[in-house]
Order: sequence, then structure tokens, then C-alpha cells
Amino acid sequence: MIYLDNSATTQPDPEVLASFEQVAREFFANPSSIHQFGGKAEQLLHAARKQVADSLKVEPAEIVFTSGGTEGNNMAIKGIALEHQDRGRHIITSEVEHPAVYEACQSLEKLGFNITYLPVDENGTVSAANVKRAIRPDTILITLMHVNNEIGSVMPIREVGNIAKQHPKLFFHVDDVQGLGKMPLTLKNSGIDLCTYSGHKIHGMKGTGILYVDKRTRLFPLMHGGEQERALRSGTENLAGAVAMAKALRLIKQKETDQAKRLQGMQDYLRSELAKLPGVEINSPADAAPHIINFSVPGVKPEVIIHMLGEKEIFISTKSACSSKQKDESKVLAACGFESSRSTSGLRVSLSYENTQAELETFIQALSEAIQQFKEVMR
Amino acid sequence: MEAIYLDHAATTPMDPRVLEAMQPVYQEVFGNPSSVHSFGRKARQWLDAARRVMAGSIGANEKEIIFTSGGTEADNLALIGTAMANRDKGNHIITTVQEHHATLHTAEYLETQGFKVTFLPVDESGSVKVEHLEQALRDDTILVSVMYVNNETGVVQPIAEIGAVLRDHQAYFHTDAVQAFGLLDLDVTELGVDMLTVSSHKINGPKGIGFLYAADHVKLQALQFGGEQERKRRPGTENVPGAVGFQKAVELAQKNKEANQKRYQHFRQLFLDELRNENIRFDVNGEETATVPSIVNLSFPGTNVETLLMNFDLDGVAASSGSACTAGSVEPSHVLSAMFGSDHACTTNSIRFSFGSYNTEENVTEAAWRVARIVKRLTER
Repeated sequence: MIYLDNSATTQPDPEVLASFEQVAREFFANPSSIHQFGGKAEQLLHAARKQVADSLKVEPAEIVFTSGGTEGNNMAIKGIALEHQDRGRHIITSEVEHPAVYEACQSLEKLGFNITYLPVDENGTVSAANVKRAIRPDTILITLMHVNNEIGSVMPIREVGNIAKQHPKLFFHVDDVQGLGKMPLTLKNSGIDLCTYSGHKIHGMKGTGILYVDKRTRLFPLMHGGEQERALRSGTENLAGAVAMAKALRLIKQKETDQAKRLQGMQDYLRSELAKLPGVEINSPADAAPHIINFSVPGVKPEVIIHMLGEKEIFISTKSACSSKQKDESKVLAACGFESSRSTSGLRVSLSYENTQAELETFIQALSEAIQQFKEVMR
Repeated sequence: MEAIYLDHAATTPMDPRVLEAMQPVYQEVFGNPSSVHSFGRKARQWLDAARRVMAGSIGANEKEIIFTSGGTEADNLALIGTAMANRDKGNHIITTVQEHHATLHTAEYLETQGFKVTFLPVDESGSVKVEHLEQALRDDTILVSVMYVNNETGVVQPIAEIGAVLRDHQAYFHTDAVQAFGLLDLDVTELGVDMLTVSSHKINGPKGIGFLYAADHVKLQALQFGGEQERKRRPGTENVPGAVGFQKAVELAQKNKEANQKRYQHFRQLFLDELRNENIRFDVNGEETATVPSIVNLSFPGTNVETLLMNFDLDGVAASSGSACTAGSVEPSHVLSAMFGSDHACTTNSIRFSFGSYNTEENVTEAAWRVARIVKRLTER
């Protein structure tokens, strides 16, 4: 089995699983309970929060444990909008955001908010100058992804952060679900007020995630109840999940440091080999994040290739898993300006540090055969 | 000294079989259920199987099950989701003063959004009265939310009767069945409920997952936006291992329902008998015969809840003053205040003991003995 769909989800790390199971067995209590069972659970939750904060170089009070990336994005965007709507009702985002951001913004339009969806260039990147131009006196939020989930394009987060710093009244949220562990991003003094992370994209557990909330940032909560997580996120804490998240984060940060070159090397290999295949067009920009490469084989339905590779136990994907059931055009590829033969035939390979050069060689061989076979049939 | 856990209404230990059921999912079926390749499809199959078990456990159709991150999210989705989606039909919501905070605070939030909310009272029995509901019901009522079993007293509420009253009314009926699941019969048709909340970690399943049953006809607005998972009602990559663990917990809860009822009934009786044998003065809060067997709420006259809890804890008895969910604080219980009035002594001298999988005859007896010793010491003057 060769798994090359790591931007959809990843296989949990055995060490993460071991932590999860140990906590589930030994620290089952409700951290809000005031007896010693609860006390121990609470201590462990503190420790997990501290570890996450240390990994991200922020303060423990700025970490909110969530059920995943979608909740983190919704909590940030709707939380800012509802809390600060008296100050203004304008939000800036881009046309290539993940649905968890894009649709959250659309839902706010129904509530009377005004959203600017910035375009991207042919590299799938938003320009910082366009962000700056879009800022109005009533802008309360800029929300941008760090790394695009379909093509791996990297947004100018540092520049936008610096712009946001000059407008102290607006908040800047980053969806870093795809960048975490692959593209370093500094939070402190970056102008970023909120940042979303997901556990299952970094070999952690599904149902876990983190929202970084700068300590000066006030949010309206998405869920009401027992006021856990500084009243930002009610609900009994998923302690085993939080510990697993902390562990997954520590491990991926280590790999980000130790194995960046190897990951980039694998992508470089794919890029040069794909370029050699007749009929293949590479959609990811040259400076994409090191783990994603998107390409099209115009004239061949992507599902056919997925299926042919699947028979050889090689797994890649079309567009984002979260929108794979919609009509066949990729919104992201269309936004980059690709014509429809290309935007409807996009395929994505997404790597993890667990992949090997040998796996990629097998994949390239299989892909090459698949395309040839298809062309022969269609002749 | 061995610490004894008597706080299963706050949360429960995960059953080892649940953890075992989850392991192959992590290791082999880790795909994203929305992915079109065989990995994703396999994950989808497991998720669908889990969904069928959830549906079967309450007599629902699998399309009517929405997986959430837990009970709080399901309650929020039920209340906010239907209130916002049905504004055109009316502006009035009915709930009770003794709901869990996940419902109560959400109803209060809806008040700030312009909804009119009636909070039904409870009497000393700990139960809401159907007559009160009938009186409160208006033509523009769009939602009624009443918990099935109160989490502090264990008192079972007249859900089927309320369901019957609402049968010919436009209002949707939601019940938070978090404390009822696994001990009471839950058939959504017989109960006449349109929505029902269940949480996994209260039935020996993993934390971070629960479900909302929402009948096919319920018009529901999503709380979160993103991918089109859970039939567009709850986006986010599905927590497949969580769902499979939850599935195992549900299967075990169903299989052992009668045995557990008997077992917890026995524990409760044992506990109370032991206290009586020790000549401890106490009152049972809430109609004793109308509660689930797993929960007993006792008032110890002449004591104070914080002193009690501190001493219990030092002696290794883990109980609580009510809901754990008020993030570590010992506030006077809103449930007991509703039953007896906020100045009644029992609001500051009552403890909830809740039995479950952690318990044995031996540790329940031992706990009762420790409790008795502490109460004696605190009331001897």
C-alpha cells in the first residue's frame, strides 16, 4: 500500500496512539470534577496545554482545544464576527479557502456581513497588496489559509501579518491546517490573532484540533454550556485527545526540523518526473509547500486514474476530500485561471514524512503506465 | 487508601473493549470517509455501520443521526439550529429551569437573539409537570426542550407524556437523553421526540463524540460551515475511530441494559442501607422511586458541600455537588434551588453519588462507610 493522500488525512503515529490509550485508560475523569480523579485529569490537561504552547511558542492561556479544523475555523470567524460586529461588518478572505472558512464567511453574508473574496494569481497566491487595498474602516477580520490544501500554494502570511499590525482594530486569522509541520509559521509578534490547527492531518487523532487565540482577542463562543476552555468552548474536555494532539504536534515539529530537506527532495523528484510524462501538466506553483503537488492529465477523467492506481494499492486524490462529492471542477484550479480541461482533471499527491523515494518511483511508474493504457484504449 | 469513583454521571471510564474496537480503525481504516479511493470508502463503511447502530439503539433511521463532538454540541445544534431555521413559524421556546447548562445557557443565548423563552419550574419531586407545559404552550412555540433524566438528581422526566401533548403541535420536541441512554428504553417514535442528544463518554465510550438524532422532517440550520459531512448539518472530517468506539459502547450498553439497571439499583440500595445502618441523617433529593438507579442525590443536614467534598476527596471518595460542567466551581446547585428554593439548606449540603462500571459491592460498601465516618465527624458537636 502506498498512501499519497496525506492532505486528506494521515495515519496516526503509534506513539500518539499509545499516549491516547494510556490517558483513556488511566485518566478518564472529567477535568472539571473537583475530586482527585478530576484533579489529576485537570493537571494532565494543563500539561498538554503547556506542551502545545511551548511547541507553538505562545502562552498556555492562548490554546483552545477543539474537535478539529472545521470547528477551529468556524469558532474563529464566527466568533470574531459576532463579538465585534458593532465595530464593523466587513471581512476579507480569498477565493481559494477551505470550505470551513469559505462557507463560514458565506453564512455570515446571510447575517448581513460584507465579505471580500480576494482573487489569486496563476500561482494560486493572494497578493498582500490586494489585501491592503481591500481593508476598509469597517473591516474586522482578515482570514487566510497559510497553505492551500489542493495545490500547496503558500500565502504571504508574514506580509499580511505586518499589514494587520498597522490596523490594530482588525483581527487576522490563519487557517494553518495544511501548513502545520511542513511550513514553519511564527505566531508571536506576527500580527496573527487566531490560528487553526487540526490533529488528524499531522498523524494525530481525528476529532482533535487547536485554535490559537491571542490573549487580547475576544471571541463570541460557538457553543454554550459548562464554560470550559475559558468559556470559549463548552463541553467535557477530550483529555486523551488533547494529550494525543500535544504529542502529535511535538513529533511533527521535530520532523519539520529534521526532515525538511528529504521532504523537499521527494517533491522535487515528483515534479521533475511528472514534467517528463507526456500529457501531464503540473498545477502547483514552483514554490509550493513541500508536501503537495497537483497536476492534470487533460482529457483523462481523474477518477479513472485514481481507480487504476487504486488497483495497484496506490492512493492519491482528486481535489480536497471535503468537497470531492461536488461537481467535477476544482474551484481552486479555476480561480488560478486554468481552462476547464485542466481544472476538471486535477489530481493531488500529498506526502508525509513517512513516504519513501521507492514508493514515489513505484507511483511514477504506475501513473505512466495508467496514462499509456488509457490512451491506447481511447485510440 | 484506594480511591473510589462514584461520579459516573460526570464521566465514565472507557470500557477496555471500546478501546480494543477502536484500535484497528486507527491502524488500518484511517482514511478520510469523504475520499473517493478505497481507503476513504472503507472508512465510510465503518462510519455507516456505526451510524446504523446508533440509529437502531433509538428506533431511528440512520439518516437521522448526526455525529457531533459530544453532548454540548448536540444540544447547541438542536436548540440554535431549529430556532434559527424556524423563525418564520414563531418566536417562542419552552425549556425547564433544571436543564444541563448546555441547554440552559443556549436558551439564554437565544433570548439575547430575540426569542421568548419560558423556563418551566420543577417541584420538590424533581420533575416537570405536563400541565405546566400545556399552560406554557402557545401557537408560536417552535421548540420544546426537556431533559430525559436530570443529571444531578437522576429524576426521570415525563418525556412520552410531553411527546403526546406535542404530537399535534408545530413545536419540535428535543430531549437531552445523555443521562438516560443505556438505562432507559429510548424509542423516538414511542417518546414522540423530534430530536434527542446522546453523549459517548457517559456510557463508557470515548470522549469527544456524541450524536444528535434529528428526525427527517426537522428543519435544522448548521452551527458550523465547511465540508458537506453529516448531510450538510455538521461539517468536519468525521471522527471514524471515535464513532466506532462509540458504537461499541452503545452495543455494550444495550446488551447489558437490564443487568446494569439491576446492578446499579443494588449498589444504590447497598449504599443507602449502609448509611442508614450507621445512623447517618440524610434526605434523598428528588422522588426516590422516580430516578434512574445510577444516581442518588443526598442532603446531609448540618454540613456544607465544600467541606463534605474536600473530606470525601481526602478519604478517597470521588463524588460531586452536581454537574461537573460548571468548570470546577462549587456553586449552589441550580437544580436543587429550582426544586426547593434558593435559600433552602439542601442547596448547600447535598452531594450526588453516581454508580457505574468502576464500582463493585466491596467498593460501594467501603465508600458508604467512609462517607458515614466523615458525616458523623462533621455533625458531631
